[in-house]
Amino acid sequence: MAAKTLYDKLWDAHVVREEEDGTALLYIDRHLVHEVTSPQAFEGLRLAGRSLWRANSILAVPDHNVPTTKQHRGNGTAGIDDPVAKVQVETLNKNCEDFNVKEFLMDDIRQGIVHVIGPEQGATLPGMTVVCGDSHTSTHGAFGALAHGIGTSEVEHVMATQCLIQSKMKNMLISVDGKVQAGVTAKDIVLAIIGEIGTAGGTGYAIEFAGEAIRDLSIEGRMTVCNMAIEAGARAGMIAVDQTTIDYIKGRPFAPTGETWDKAVEAWQDLVSDDDAEFDLVVRLDAAKIEPQVTWGTSPEMVLPISATVPNPADETDAVKSNGIQAALEYMGLKAGEAIDNINVDKVFIGSCTNSRIEDIREAAKIAQGNKVAKNIKLAMVVPGSGLVKHQAEEEGLDKIFIDAGFEWREPGCSMCLAMNADRLEPGERCASTSNRNFEGRQGQGGRTHLVSPAMAAAAAIHGHFIDIRTLAKEA
Amino acid sequence: MEKFTVHKGIVVPLDRANVDTDAIIPKQYLKSVKKSGFGPTLFDDWRYKVAGEPGMDHSKRELHKDFVLNQARYQGGSILLARENFGCGSSREHAVWALTDYGFRTIIAPSYADIFFNNSFKNGLLPIVLSEQIVDKIFSEIASSDAYELTIDLEKQEVITPTGETFAFEVDAFRKHCMLNGLDDIGLTLQHADDIRAYEEKRKQEAPWLFAS
Repeated sequence: MAAKTLYDKLWDAHVVREEEDGTALLYIDRHLVHEVTSPQAFEGLRLAGRSLWRANSILAVPDHNVPTTKQHRGNGTAGIDDPVAKVQVETLNKNCEDFNVKEFLMDDIRQGIVHVIGPEQGATLPGMTVVCGDSHTSTHGAFGALAHGIGTSEVEHVMATQCLIQSKMKNMLISVDGKVQAGVTAKDIVLAIIGEIGTAGGTGYAIEFAGEAIRDLSIEGRMTVCNMAIEAGARAGMIAVDQTTIDYIKGRPFAPTGETWDKAVEAWQDLVSDDDAEFDLVVRLDAAKIEPQVTWGTSPEMVLPISATVPNPADETDAVKSNGIQAALEYMGLKAGEAIDNINVDKVFIGSCTNSRIEDIREAAKIAQGNKVAKNIKLAMVVPGSGLVKHQAEEEGLDKIFIDAGFEWREPGCSMCLAMNADRLEPGERCASTSNRNFEGRQGQGGRTHLVSPAMAAAAAIHGHFIDIRTLAKEA
Repeated sequence: MEKFTVHKGIVVPLDRANVDTDAIIPKQYLKSVKKSGFGPTLFDDWRYKVAGEPGMDHSKRELHKDFVLNQARYQGGSILLARENFGCGSSREHAVWALTDYGFRTIIAPSYADIFFNNSFKNGLLPIVLSEQIVDKIFSEIASSDAYELTIDLEKQEVITPTGETFAFEVDAFRKHCMLNGLDDIGLTLQHADDIRAYEEKRKQEAPWLFAS
C-alpha cells in the first residue's frame, strides 16, 4: 500500500462516498458551535423542517459576545448590556434547548472559548474530524485530528447530514528542526512560519507541523501553532499523535475509559505520517534562528524579530507590496526604520483561542511577578480561556501576581481578540496582543494591534514598550 | 439559492490585496441572528468616517467620498474586482451575505482564501479566478473608461469585456451545476442518507469512542 501522510489517513477514514470528479462526502465526528455563526443555521433547519442528524456530536458554548467583567457575570445573560448581543446568546440557548444540544451556559465553570473547552473536555480526540463555524478550528489539529473552520451554510449542512461536501486539499509539511532558544515560544514559532510562507502560503493545503521543535512543545503550545495555520492560509493544521497527546487526553470528561480507552490508544498510534509519505510541498525552518516575534503591520505576515527595525516601502520592488507596506505603516502610525523594541504600547491583551491556556497564563505570570505595569499603559488585561483555566490559575495564585502587578484579571471569553463585547481599542490606541489577527480595526476601529507571545505581552506591559524577553532572562 | 446563468453588470475596482473578512464586515454587525440586512455596512470602516453600530440609520452617516463604493460611477455595481487572497481571515459567512445583500453577484480576483471561496458558492456569489495579468488589464481598462461593464457567462465559463474580448475561467463541475440550477446542497446530500448510515455502522465497530457523546 502506498505511504500516506497523516492528512491522507484522516481523509481516507472519513470518506462516506466519492464522486468521479473527486468531490467527496466527508463524515464529521465533532461539531463545535458558538453563538455568532449558528443562529442562521438553526433557522435554516427550522424553515426546511429538518432535524439534527446526530445531536450528540455537537457541543455548544457562548464565547464571542460574553462580557468578561465580574459584575456582568454570574446571572446568566442578564449581565450582557448590549441588547443585540444578548439576543444572540439567548438565541443559542433556545436553539440548544429546542434541538436537545449539549451547551455550557455562561455561568457554567466549563464555559470558555470554544477552542479551549473542546480539548479541555476531551471532546476533541485524535483521529476525529472536527468542524466549527470559526476559522480557528484548526487549533484541534494539535491532537492528530482533521479540524477546520466552516461557514454558516456548512454548519447547517453538518447539522442536517453529519457530512461536508469536500475536495481533498494538498499536503504540506512544515518542519521546524532543532531546538528553540530560551524565551522563544510556540507563538514565536508560528509567527516565524507565517513570516516565511505568507498569509496565502498555505491556501489549498492541509499543513502538518513537524520537527524537533514542534515535538518538544506541550499540547498547549501545539494548539497555539495549529490555531494560526489559518493565518498562513491553510484551513487545517495538524500534528502527529505521540505520548504527549495521549497523556493530555487521559481522564478528561469526554475521553473514552476502560477497554475502549485501550483500544482507542492503540488506534491512535497510527496517526502519524508514514516515513516515506510524499508531501506536495516541504518547508524547513531552523528553530535556533527564531527570535521572539512582533508583528508591525496589518497582516500576520508583516512580522519581524524583536531585534529588527520597521521596514521601508522604498526597499520593496513589487508595487502592490510596496503600497501595502506604506498603507500598513500609515495605519499603524509607524515610521520606516524605527526599532521594534522602541515602540510604546497603550494596552495589553493576554487571552484568545491562541494564547489563553494555563501554560500561557503561567508564562505571562513569570514575567509579571514582582513587577508593576508601566505608567503609560492604560489597560493590561488577562482573560483566561475557560472557567476551568481561570480556576486552575487561581489555585496556583497566578491571579494575585497579575492583580498585584496592576493587570485586570477577567472572566473567560473571546474578549478583545475581536472586540465583539465591550473590550476594545479606541482609535489610534496601540496594543500588545496575544491574539491571532492584526487586521485593520480587528480590536476596535482605528486600533493598532501587534501580535506577540504571552511572555512578550507581559514584558511590554511592565516596560511600556516591546522588549526582548531573552535579555530579561539574562538580567534575572 | 438564486440561479446564476449569465450576468452583466458594472465593475467596481477595489485595488487592494489581502482584503480580509473583518474589512468586509466588521465584528459589531455579526451580532445579528439574520442573514439579511448586511449590505449597508459592507466595507463599513472604509466606507464611513465614523464606526457604526447595528440598528442605526446608515444612510445618514458621513461617507469617505473617495472610497469606490461611494463614487457616482460605481453605483449599482454588481461585479467586484480585487487583488490576491481576497476574503482572508475569519470564516464569517456574514462577509458573503454583506456582498450579496449589497448587490454583488460576482467577484474577480487572482486568488481567494479557502473558507470565503467555499462560502461564496453556497450563496450564489460566483468567485472567479483570473490571472494577475488579466486582473491588471481590467483595472487599467476601468481607469481609462467612463463606464465599464463585464458579462459573466457561467455556462460557457467566460468573462466578456465591452470590446468583446473573452477570458476563460475554471470552475468546479459540481459547484457550477449547483449554481446554474440554484440547488440546495443539503437536499442533494440527504439523497445519500443510506450511505451515511452505512458508514456510521461500520465506523461504530472500528471506533466506538467517536460516537459516545
